[in-house]
Amino acid sequence: MSKILVIAEHDGAKLNASTARAVSCALAIGGEIDVAVFATDAATVAAAAAKLKGVRRVLKVERTENAHQLAAVLAPQIAKLAKDYTHVLAPSTTFGKDLLPRAAALLGVQQVSDVMKVIDPATFERPMYAGNAIVTVQVPASPCILATVRTASWQACAGDGNAEIIAVKTATAVPSHTRFVELKAEKSDRPDLQSAARVVSGGRGVGSKENFAIIYKFADKLGAAVGASRAAVDAGFVPNDLQVGQTGKIIAPDLYVAVGISGAIQHLTGIKDARTIVAINKDPDAPIFQIADIGLVGDLFQILPELEQELDKL
Amino acid sequence: MKILVGIKRVIDFSVRVQVKKDGSGVNTDGVKLSINPFDEIALEEALRIRERGTPAEVVAVSIGPADCQQQLRTTLAMGADRAILVESTDAIQPLMAARIFHELVKRENADLVILGKQAIDDDFNQTGQMLAALWDRPQATFASKVELKDKALAVTREVDAGLETIEVDLPAVVTTDLRLNTPRFVKMPDIMKARSKPLQSLRLADLGVTEAPKLETTSYAPPPQRMGGKKVADVPALVAALKERGVL
Ligand SMILES: Cc1cc2nc3c(=O)[nH]c(=O)nc-3n(C[C@H](O)[C@H](O)[C@H](O)COP(=O)(O)OP(=O)(O)OC[C@H]3O[C@@H](n4cnc5c(N)ncnc54)[C@H](O)[C@@H]3O)c2cc1C
Ligand SMILES: Nc1ncnc2c1ncn2[C@@H]1O[C@H](COP(=O)(O)O)[C@@H](O)[C@H]1O
Repeated sequence: MSKILVIAEHDGAKLNASTARAVSCALAIGGEIDVAVFATDAATVAAAAAKLKGVRRVLKVERTENAHQLAAVLAPQIAKLAKDYTHVLAPSTTFGKDLLPRAAALLGVQQVSDVMKVIDPATFERPMYAGNAIVTVQVPASPCILATVRTASWQACAGDGNAEIIAVKTATAVPSHTRFVELKAEKSDRPDLQSAARVVSGGRGVGSKENFAIIYKFADKLGAAVGASRAAVDAGFVPNDLQVGQTGKIIAPDLYVAVGISGAIQHLTGIKDARTIVAINKDPDAPIFQIADIGLVGDLFQILPELEQELDKL
Repeated sequence: MKILVGIKRVIDFSVRVQVKKDGSGVNTDGVKLSINPFDEIALEEALRIRERGTPAEVVAVSIGPADCQQQLRTTLAMGADRAILVESTDAIQPLMAARIFHELVKRENADLVILGKQAIDDDFNQTGQMLAALWDRPQATFASKVELKDKALAVTREVDAGLETIEVDLPAVVTTDLRLNTPRFVKMPDIMKARSKPLQSLRLADLGVTEAPKLETTSYAPPPQRMGGKKVADVPALVAALKERGVL
């Protein structure tokens, strides 16, 4: 039977929603599932992780060096814990992508990136070529399988579990050659881009940072998170953490509205799993219309205000 | 200081990759091959470190078939001092690539290795992290700003929450994100000059690197197609269509 360790993602205070999706992947593999929380004080996050349905135990791995979740610090501890498991999973977010390959190399394991589907405990589907090919890969089971989980492919597991919480010590030496300096995060009351049910994204067509106000306003009307194309981020309209696509965030909302976005392959990679895609673009031949479920050709500066009025009537 | 830069040859980013009908791979016949975009950025960053006044030797490294020489010539024309081709006709997965880079790093006594954050063919996003682990050195992944400070680097990283800055001691591994810089264009005279720069070919067998475990790919499939393409005439029709789909 498989014994699976899922690495929790958190910011010290809150469990990240990606963790519940990684647990769903673990459930698809089947077996005993533990979640590890690395922190200085893991109590709050561990309590949240204990609610994830299907989790047997939550391991609190508390030491002062674990404060900033640095890959160089966590990887040797994960490599040590891995000895008791058949699988170690982490979400395929910047956190998991940074961390897990480092642990895999310490174990001499070729990691699987971005698991979309579990065929059997050692066979998985994953995307390549910006999602233009889905490959089935078989992984050597020994000594351990390490994989990141493509969060957009998995729903969050249920949250009414009651796992046992235990404290675990990792005596492993950790390096001091890597030091956290700061995190600049834009504070926002809007829904989180990676877990929101609705997302409105703006592209280069929005034209400027000031003009992006129209996107924020419309998103607020829908209760949606705001995203952007790479071109909009590069032009400085919005911060980098809003980028959607192959090299930004891969998301799967119920509703995705692309405004002034042409629909480059790299952008589409990030939204293919959305349930409904709406495109608003003044160019009737923009590639985004080929995949949009509902397309409207026209000037975004006319359409968005009109759309808001129409929504008010509902 | 010696800087090693990873240069992987991949299918050009503008090509819409097609899976072969029999599921054995993707079509590569007549398809344009280029330097992985993240690796061009890696090279550009190394060149800028040198141009800002730090004496540095910049060495471009590619692992791949013999004709990757063409991409390495481009790096020499951009400004790399020399290039190394590790010849292999097999598809190299990240753990193996990391082992090869580790061997080269030891031979070359490198102070800094700059790789792309991901190769846009396999989309693994692993090699830099793995090399840092094998080398027992720091990693600064997804870099959007790199500042050299005596024996350390301050690196700003593009993470999901925003921008994180870390400080790492040298030697270290950096992997690049797209906003780190915009790579320069190659000028004609530089292409001529690059012809006399050293390009060394090594056989994988000569490096003495042990074969790494691999994922075995059993099949390739095209992604599920979205049936899009429906357009509506105006805003009321858009709202009606949204209601019909049950999203409003
Ligand atoms: C390796 C690599 C990785 C990449 N990763 C990503 C990624 O993760 N995410 C990403 O998004 N891109 C990514 N890109 C970039 C991608 O190739 C495109 O360049 C980018 O997505 C284009 O952004 P855009 O659609 O906003 O801009 P454009 O392609 O310039 O499109 C702007 C659109 O706005 C429309 N428009 C203009 N004015 C109006 C108006 N008033 N009303 C309505 N419509 C209007 C135009 O008709 C046009 O279709 C990547 C590229 C590379 C090489
Ligand atoms: N065969 C290769 N030759 C040169 N560099 C490589 C090779 N494979 C990986 N790399 C480097 O490692 C980075 C990440 O690759 P990957 O882990 O495969 O996504 C690439 O952007 C390159 O810089």
